[in-house]
Amino acid sequence: MKKYFLSLAIIAFVGSSFTEPQQKTFGKLPSVNVTALDGSVFNTSKISNNGKPIIIDFWATWCKPCKKELDAIAEDYPDWQKETGVKVIAISIDDSRAAAEVAADVNAKGWTYDVYIDENQDFKRAMNVNNVPFTFVLNGNGEIVWKHNSYADGDADKLYEIVKKVAKGEKITE
Amino acid sequence: MKKKFFSIKNILFPILFCISYSLSAQNNEGQIHGNFEIDAQYYNPDSAIGAPAVPEKILSNGFLNINYTNGNISAGLRYESYLDVMQGFDSRYQGTGIPYRYFEYNVDKLDVTVGSYYEQFGSGLIFRSYEARGLLYDNAMDGIRLRYNPYKGVYIKAIIGKQREFFSEGPGLVRGADGELELNELVGGMAKMKTHIIVGGSFVSKYQVDQDPIYNLPQNVGASAARINIIRKGINLYGEYAYKINDPSTFNHYIYKPGQALFITTSYYKKGFSIMLDGERLDNMDYKSDRTQTGSILDINYLPDLTLQHTEELMTFYPYATQPNGQVSFESEVQYKLKKESLLGGHYGTDLLVNFSGSNGLDTINLNDMSTTRNEYKSNFLSVGKEMFYRDCFASVHHKFSKKFTGTAEYAYQIYNKNVIQGQVGWPMIYANIGVFNGVYKFNSDHALTFDIEHLATKQDMGNWASLLLEFSMGSNWFVSALDEYNYGNSNPAQQIHYFIANAGYMINANRITIGYGKQRAGIFCVGGVCRNVPASNGFTLSVTSSF
Repeated sequence: MKKYFLSLAIIAFVGSSFTEPQQKTFGKLPSVNVTALDGSVFNTSKISNNGKPIIIDFWATWCKPCKKELDAIAEDYPDWQKETGVKVIAISIDDSRAAAEVAADVNAKGWTYDVYIDENQDFKRAMNVNNVPFTFVLNGNGEIVWKHNSYADGDADKLYEIVKKVAKGEKITE
Repeated sequence: MKKKFFSIKNILFPILFCISYSLSAQNNEGQIHGNFEIDAQYYNPDSAIGAPAVPEKILSNGFLNINYTNGNISAGLRYESYLDVMQGFDSRYQGTGIPYRYFEYNVDKLDVTVGSYYEQFGSGLIFRSYEARGLLYDNAMDGIRLRYNPYKGVYIKAIIGKQREFFSEGPGLVRGADGELELNELVGGMAKMKTHIIVGGSFVSKYQVDQDPIYNLPQNVGASAARINIIRKGINLYGEYAYKINDPSTFNHYIYKPGQALFITTSYYKKGFSIMLDGERLDNMDYKSDRTQTGSILDINYLPDLTLQHTEELMTFYPYATQPNGQVSFESEVQYKLKKESLLGGHYGTDLLVNFSGSNGLDTINLNDMSTTRNEYKSNFLSVGKEMFYRDCFASVHHKFSKKFTGTAEYAYQIYNKNVIQGQVGWPMIYANIGVFNGVYKFNSDHALTFDIEHLATKQDMGNWASLLLEFSMGSNWFVSALDEYNYGNSNPAQQIHYFIANAGYMINANRITIGYGKQRAGIFCVGGVCRNVPASNGFTLSVTSSF
C-alpha cells in the first residue's frame, strides 16, 4: 500500500512539472497556398523564421489603416530585426482587380516585408480573419500567441512590446 | 531478499508514463478555431432620406464559422442567421441555417474537398466562387473539388457542384478544370532564370435544363480561358483571354452571340516608384448557373473592375459597377515617393499618387437579327465605343509633417453615367469635383485624433456635399467618432439634410464591439481602424466580431 501511494506521489510530482500551465496558443498555421510577388506558389505551412518571432499582417490595397500600420512598422523594422530577429509577413487579400497593385504599392512605399497574395482569401478564411487589418504574432515554435483586429496610431509600438516578449520566451497573457 | 522500493523498475514506469503523457499532449491533436460576427440595427423610419418603417424594428445578420484541423484533415461549417435580414440586403436571405459545411484532407500532394468550397481559376474570368460577407455575396460551390500537384511546378484543379442560392442551391450543374504550369519550377533549364513565367488554362461548363417555350436554349454552355504571367524583378506582365459559347439568358436578352473577355495588367516598379497600366475588354461575359437570374446571385465567374477603390466617403459616392454585357476599361497609375530630406520631400518624405481610370461601351454594329439568328450585334475587337460609362482622375499627396502630425490631400474629378451604371433612363451624366484633406495628430503614444474634411461639387444629381469626420482613439482599445455629411447643395431645400453618425468602439485583441447612432450612406466605411462595406441605414447599430 505504501509503495502504491509513493508511486502515485512520484507520478503526481513529476507529472505536475510536465503539465505546468504552458503559453496559451491559438495553434499553428494552416497549410494554404498563396502566391508570392514573383508569381510562384507558396504554402503557408513553410512559414518559419529559425525559431525567432514572426508577425503575420493581413492587409489590402484599399484598406487605409492597413497601409498605415505597415508604414508605421516600416519606420522601425530594421531596428526590430536587429533586436529580435522578427520577420514580418504581409498577406494581401486583394482580389484580381487589385492584385497587380500590390507589387506597385509595396515597392513604391519601400516595404521590405515578405509579401504574399491570398487572392481568393483561402488563407484569410483558414485563419478566421473577419476584417482587415488583422495581425498575428507567432512564437519561435510557429504557434500563434497573439492576435489583434484593427489599427490605431501607436499600435505598432504596442505590437513590438509583444514581439520583444515573445523573443525572450516570456508568456503573453493579453 | 527484501525488494528495494527505489528500484529501477518502480521509478521507471511512472517516469515513462509522465514523459509519454506530456509528449502526446504537445503533439498537435485536433484543434478547433473559428470566428463570429453579428450586426444588428434598430431602425427609425425616416421619410426624408427614404428610410421606410421596419415592422420588426430590429434586424440582424449573424454568422459563426467553426473549423477543426488535425494534421492533414480539416472540416468545418458556418451557421448563418437573418432574423430578419438587415435593410439593403437581399430579402431572400431569411431565417437560419448551415449553408456551408466541408471536409477536406490532403494526402501525397492530392487535396480533396467534399461539401462546400470556394475556388478561383486564373483571375476569375470564367470561374470564381468566393464570399464577401460584408455584402452578403456568396456563390459557394457544393460538391467535390480536387487539387493535385503531381510534379514540381504543375498545379491541377477540378471542380464539380451546384452553387449556393440563399439557403438552397441553384438549378445549374457547374464543372471545370484548371491547369497551371510554373515553368521555372518545371523546366530544369529555367530554374535559375531571373524571369519567371507562369502559364495556365481552364475550361468550365454549366448544365441547365431548357424549359423555355419559345427558344431552343443550349443546355450545356462551356467557357475556356488561357493566361500567361511574366515576372522579372521590377516588371510584371499578366494577360488572360476567355471565350464563352452562346449563353442566352435574361441578362443578355436571350442572344446567341458568344462571349469574350480580355484582361491585361502591366506594371513596372522599383523602390520608391511604380507605374501601372491595366486594360480590360468584356463582351457578353455574364455567366450564371441559372439563366433566369439577373442580380448578383449564382454568378459562375468574376469580372474585375479596374477603377481605383477609394475609401474616402465622398470619393465613393459615385462608384463604378462592371458592365458584363460590354465594356472597354483601363486604369493607369503612377506612385512616387519624394525622398526623405529632399527639397520637396521634407524631413520624412512625401508620397505622391496619380490614377486615371475609365470605362466606355463597346463599338457595336446592330445586326437587326433578333427574329432570326439573335446575335443582336457585332463589335470591332480593337476599337472603343463612343458611349462613356465612367472616368476617375485622381491625385493624392501624403506627407508627415512631424512626429505628431501626418496629413493627406486628395482630389478627384469623376464622370458617372448613371443610366448605364444603375440601369436607369433619363438621367444626365454626372460631373463631380471632389476634394479631401485628412490627417492624424498624435497627442502621445496612447491618444490620437483623426480628422477628415471633404467636399463634393456637382451641378447634377443631389448637388453639393460637405463632410467632416473626427475620430479620437484612446490606447489600442477605445475609439469614439462623429461623422457629418451635409447635402447643403441639394436643389430641394427639404433634402438639405445632415447625415450624422456617432460611433464608439472597444477592441481587445481579436474581439471588437462597436455601437453607432445616426444616418449612414452606403459605401466602404472605415471606422476605428477597420474597413467594411456597409449598406445605407438609419438608426442605432451594434456590431460584434470575434475570432477564437
